[in-house]
Amino acid sequence: MPTIIVEVMPKAELLDPQGKAVAGALSRLGHGAITDVRIGKRFELTVEGEVTEQVLADVATLADEIFSNQVIEDVTSISVEEATV
Amino acid sequence: MTTPRIGVVTFPGSLDDRDAQRAIRIAGAEAVELWHGDHDLRGVDAIVLPGGFSYGDYLRAGAIAARAPIMSEIIDAAGKGMPVLGICNGFQMLTEAHLLPGGLIRNERGNFIRRDQKLSVETTDTAWTNAFSAGQEIIIPLKNGEGGFIASDEELDRLEGEGRVVFRYLETNPNGSMRDIAGIVNAAGNVVGLMPHPEHAVEPGFGPDTAGAMRSGTDGLGFFDSAIAALLAV
Repeated sequence: MPTIIVEVMPKAELLDPQGKAVAGALSRLGHGAITDVRIGKRFELTVEGEVTEQVLADVATLADEIFSNQVIEDVTSISVEEATV
Repeated sequence: MTTPRIGVVTFPGSLDDRDAQRAIRIAGAEAVELWHGDHDLRGVDAIVLPGGFSYGDYLRAGAIAARAPIMSEIIDAAGKGMPVLGICNGFQMLTEAHLLPGGLIRNERGNFIRRDQKLSVETTDTAWTNAFSAGQEIIIPLKNGEGGFIASDEELDRLEGEGRVVFRYLETNPNGSMRDIAGIVNAAGNVVGLMPHPEHAVEPGFGPDTAGAMRSGTDGLGFFDSAIAALLAV
């Protein structure tokens, strides 16, 4: 069954305390080449049957209205992965 | 109106619903238990959305609660002028339900904070603050992990311009909220949300410390006194 992937990230201009904490830890562990970390969310939606334009439009609405809060987050991508048999 | 009836909604994961009911009773109103899964406001005159971690705060704090069955009745009633107070998780629900602008993000330093917080009352022209005086300083407990208030610069300017910043943090900004904002109100003045907890400062012996005595602070009573006064004035 196909899977629709929705990715959501905190807005670029906002502080991401989770990412900042991880970046600080990496720096202390000696990974000096990594200067910034930002952490977002990935939603995997399993779909029964074909991914039609209608289904994708529905997911796009859900992504904007439920999966993300547009005040603090951006939907960065919506993609479809066909199941490999 | 006789004794006002103020409803408190319990969601799965609510923690401060019983405290809110107690605060309402101490202030002299009748506390009515409401259930998130119902479509029934039981004839209440005002509503409190309490603190806690509704639905485990999965997805985002308050996001799933904002879409709970009872919220359709609350959004409708709020639009008709019913006083609604969102405390902490309730504030997060009000922004997620678009009854208030902006959003709440994780605290600036990433940690959960609990402290007795000094606030200034910036506007008394709301259903929940008319018992205070403008500029009054109050102390009520604050306890949250995601209390950083954010909004766009245009939204912040609008809130300030329309006198809709209701509370500002004094002495310290505990969570990195923009412009030290601790609470806001909608344009009509009936829907107020704030991060600190007035319901935990209503009875001597159980509130914040004051200069006079330990745990004697009762500044939170003003919220419930205000709602009762607003309802009795109608």
